Amino acid sequence: MKLAYWMYAGPAHIGTLRVASSFKNVHGIMHAPLGDDYFNVMRSMLERERDFTPVTASVVDRHVLARGSQEKVVDNITRKDAEENPDLIVLTPTCTSSILQEDLENFVERASLSTEGDVLLADVNHYRVNELQAADRTLDQIVQFYIEKARKQGDLLEAKTEQPSVNIIGMSTLGFHNQHDCTELKRLMTDLGIQVNEVIPEGASVHNLKRLPQAWFNLVPYRELGHMAAKYLEQEFGTPFVDITPMGVVETARCIRRIQQVLNEQGADVNYEAFIEEQTLHVSQAAWFSRSIDCQNLTGKKAVVYGDNTHAAAMTKILSREMGIHVVWAGTYCKYDQDWFRQEVSEYCDEVIINEDHGAIGDAIARVEPSAIFGTQMERHVGKRLNIPCGVIAAPIHIQDFPIGYKPFLGYEGTNQLADLVYNSFTLGMEDHLLEIFGGHDTKEVITKGISADSDLAWANDGLSELNKIPGFVRGKVKRNTEKFARERGFVEITAEILYAAKESVGA
Amino acid sequence: MRLFYLLLILEKEIEIMTLAETKPQALDFECETGNYHTFCPISCVAWLYQKIEDSFFLVIGTKTCGYFLQNAMGVMIFAEPRYAMAELEEGDISAKLNDYEELKRLCVQIKRDRNPSVIVWIGTCTTEIIKMDLEGLAPRLEAEIDIPIVVARANGLDYAFTQGEDTVLAAMAHRCPKAETATEPEEKKERNAISSLLNFGKQKEEVTAEESTYHDHEPLVLFGSLPDPVVTQLTLELKKQGVKVSGWLPAKRFTELPVISEGYYVNGINPFLSRTATTLMRRKKCKLIGSPFPIGPDGTRAWVEKICSVLGVEPQGLEEREAKIWANMEDYLEIIRGKSVFFMGDNLLEVSLARFLIRCGMTCPEIGIPYMDKRYQGAELKLLEQTCHEMGVPLPRIVEKPDNYNQVQRIYKENVDLVITGMAHANPLEARGINTKWSVEFTFAQMHGFANARDILELVTRPMRRNNSLKDLGWDKLVKEEAKV
Ligand code: SF4
Ligand code: SF4
Repeated sequence: MKLAYWMYAGPAHIGTLRVASSFKNVHGIMHAPLGDDYFNVMRSMLERERDFTPVTASVVDRHVLARGSQEKVVDNITRKDAEENPDLIVLTPTCTSSILQEDLENFVERASLSTEGDVLLADVNHYRVNELQAADRTLDQIVQFYIEKARKQGDLLEAKTEQPSVNIIGMSTLGFHNQHDCTELKRLMTDLGIQVNEVIPEGASVHNLKRLPQAWFNLVPYRELGHMAAKYLEQEFGTPFVDITPMGVVETARCIRRIQQVLNEQGADVNYEAFIEEQTLHVSQAAWFSRSIDCQNLTGKKAVVYGDNTHAAAMTKILSREMGIHVVWAGTYCKYDQDWFRQEVSEYCDEVIINEDHGAIGDAIARVEPSAIFGTQMERHVGKRLNIPCGVIAAPIHIQDFPIGYKPFLGYEGTNQLADLVYNSFTLGMEDHLLEIFGGHDTKEVITKGISADSDLAWANDGLSELNKIPGFVRGKVKRNTEKFARERGFVEITAEILYAAKESVGA
Repeated sequence: MRLFYLLLILEKEIEIMTLAETKPQALDFECETGNYHTFCPISCVAWLYQKIEDSFFLVIGTKTCGYFLQNAMGVMIFAEPRYAMAELEEGDISAKLNDYEELKRLCVQIKRDRNPSVIVWIGTCTTEIIKMDLEGLAPRLEAEIDIPIVVARANGLDYAFTQGEDTVLAAMAHRCPKAETATEPEEKKERNAISSLLNFGKQKEEVTAEESTYHDHEPLVLFGSLPDPVVTQLTLELKKQGVKVSGWLPAKRFTELPVISEGYYVNGINPFLSRTATTLMRRKKCKLIGSPFPIGPDGTRAWVEKICSVLGVEPQGLEEREAKIWANMEDYLEIIRGKSVFFMGDNLLEVSLARFLIRCGMTCPEIGIPYMDKRYQGAELKLLEQTCHEMGVPLPRIVEKPDNYNQVQRIYKENVDLVITGMAHANPLEARGINTKWSVEFTFAQMHGFANARDILELVTRPMRRNNSLKDLGWDKLVKEEAKV
């Protein structure tokens, strides 16, 4: 047993469902107790999805426990198959229901006898892996399934496209700024004259997975999602993959150069140097920002970085190489992949921290007192407590990570966004500091005890304590209305009862 | 591990209390597949740890439970958390580790770090499945480490959303002191309960002076967790009638649990508290006042009247009071009169809200509800029927354990004006031009009593007011193909 207050990565089934529901026309079925369909809420609320989340729970309850759930699971699969005609149904247990050790594989086999679409059991150990690992594995599993299927049916499309082309692998629902990253990467590919063959899993149709081998290379921008599938495609079809995250000016250039190399090795003749230079010096504002006087003031300032592998590593490099900021420590919660992280960031920071305990991370921040933090929502809150500004650079996702406006983290527009993020984080800190010096913050209690300055009315203790329980943003209004009410009726002291009588009469 | 499975088959006593024997109702009750969206009952931790200020909630479960809590409660974790997960690992599941020692280790740590007055263990599906004997372990550990441990099995196998609170309050009811065992004389103890509840602090004398304003009646304890201002309002409401509330379960602090002795009257202010009601009746030998719930001016009036009538008090001025509240809401009533509302079912407040909205002039084709205790909700169901007859509208069908997919088909077919729904369906319905309001908002809104009725309508009318203004822009349906659900 482990005392836990907070998790940076969710349980495995969340990863599986993120991948399944990213595909078009794929339905997820959770073998889970009633309360576990929280995934639907997250997708619907955070992504502001217009469509019903294609995930249904096959509810595990007392009756199911007593009778076994075979009948129910099979029923639910065949029912969804008939109702929505999905191309594929992915069945997943949750870590809770996996304890039952029911033979889900067998249920899937039975169900698929009577379904139009395909049915798969997510092949994930729900007790051993987390959301990120499960997502990677599920994507791999679905890709393999459809490649094998096409092979059997003889309609696998293996011939490379005429023009250089790419599959972008790893864009998914509920990913950190994934939608905007995806748009930005497509634009970048277009600028480079590279045709986008498929983007998976977000928005992809499983029927098109047989087209994956046509691409000249696979682009895997995120360390957490897409690697297994990319490796599989390399092994099966020799398709090379580029896994340099194009985040920040330097890494974006490195990614593009690697793409150039991969294409030229396959007989293309491309040279992206002019493009890189133009983008770096004139289009992206980030390089100029680094040179500007604003950024000069950031030189040598201390920062700490924490997040998933992808974003924490990239951010560490940007701060240290592109902005001259001193990264005291860089950390990740992707313990399972820590060697990679160490290797990526070691030379850009004083210390590497591998830890998924938010308390330890909070302590590590407090210990070094940086001028700014780049972390997750959790570190943002730690920052609030310590009065240190924080730019959010990584999941766990939060509604604020789904901005309406265009805010990619990748590509050249991403470099601009990051420059803003860095600049705002530090200046915010500075402003706060100034405000404090000059006493600009209005921290005074709005309501003080007893008689308000220009008033003939007194607040009784109980009235006052009730008033103080009213949320701050309406308290002023309630107070005014109550006093008006009391004055009109000739009360001199406002008790709790008068407060509520006033509320009734004016609807305050 | 197969063993668990067998044991579960053997053990068939289903936990859910059945007060059962249904009275003949003209209402139509149905039961669907149970494929609906709701929150896990362990979410009650979110409001209970705030309500009971000296408590610590320990949820004993898996990563799935933890992730749910974290996402459902978002904000709360960041303030000094008074709840945590005891995350079960493979060793716990396979029973390689000793449950008692493991729980002891965590509880000792909690006691040391947070020093709460009580630790509430929240059981989950996993503790049910592996049959961890929480009730057996708690008393031993309580004695050993000297801190009260209350066990509530708020799992998602047996309960939905708000019923989690019911399991906790039922467990806490056992801890309420009896009058004779109370360390202080009864009278003083009760006064303490009231004074802390009204936040009078030092001003005990004031309360004593007011004793005379009360009728002489048997002690009455109310149960249900409400925000403190609402507790005060309802207490004052009864005080106006000379009825004295001698305590609330839960109180603001575990150490201030109300005295409950045999023969006390008890009354539940929320529709999802049937288990607590049974516990109070069977174990504490209390007399339950079965009333409609104090939601809406109609419900609040019926609630006061019922309590008064049982206690032998003649209620004063309720009719005028109710009329005044209605008059005050006329601007909102205009918006909803003649419109229809559909409850998909989520928090068990559905019947009370439907009854109030029908009284407001709405119609209601369907009340979805996770679980219906026809006896505990009996008075409310009767009032619903009566309201429908008086308003001349058809009775709603009540669908227990609904099926969301089927419901959405019915919503399309019946052309509903407003759907009260869980969070998973709100955006997709809005995108299809259907007005929605989240059911959870009613769970957390301060809506009990006369004064708060307007706030309910503020919530109910908001989507209509907002969408009316968008209609002129033609921003009605925002999905391309006709909705395929
Ligand atoms: S439904 Fe069960 S497993 Fe899921 S969060 Fe609730 S208690 Fe945990
Ligand atoms: S809304 Fe703001 S304060 Fe609330 S949890 Fe999110 S970041 Fe924290």
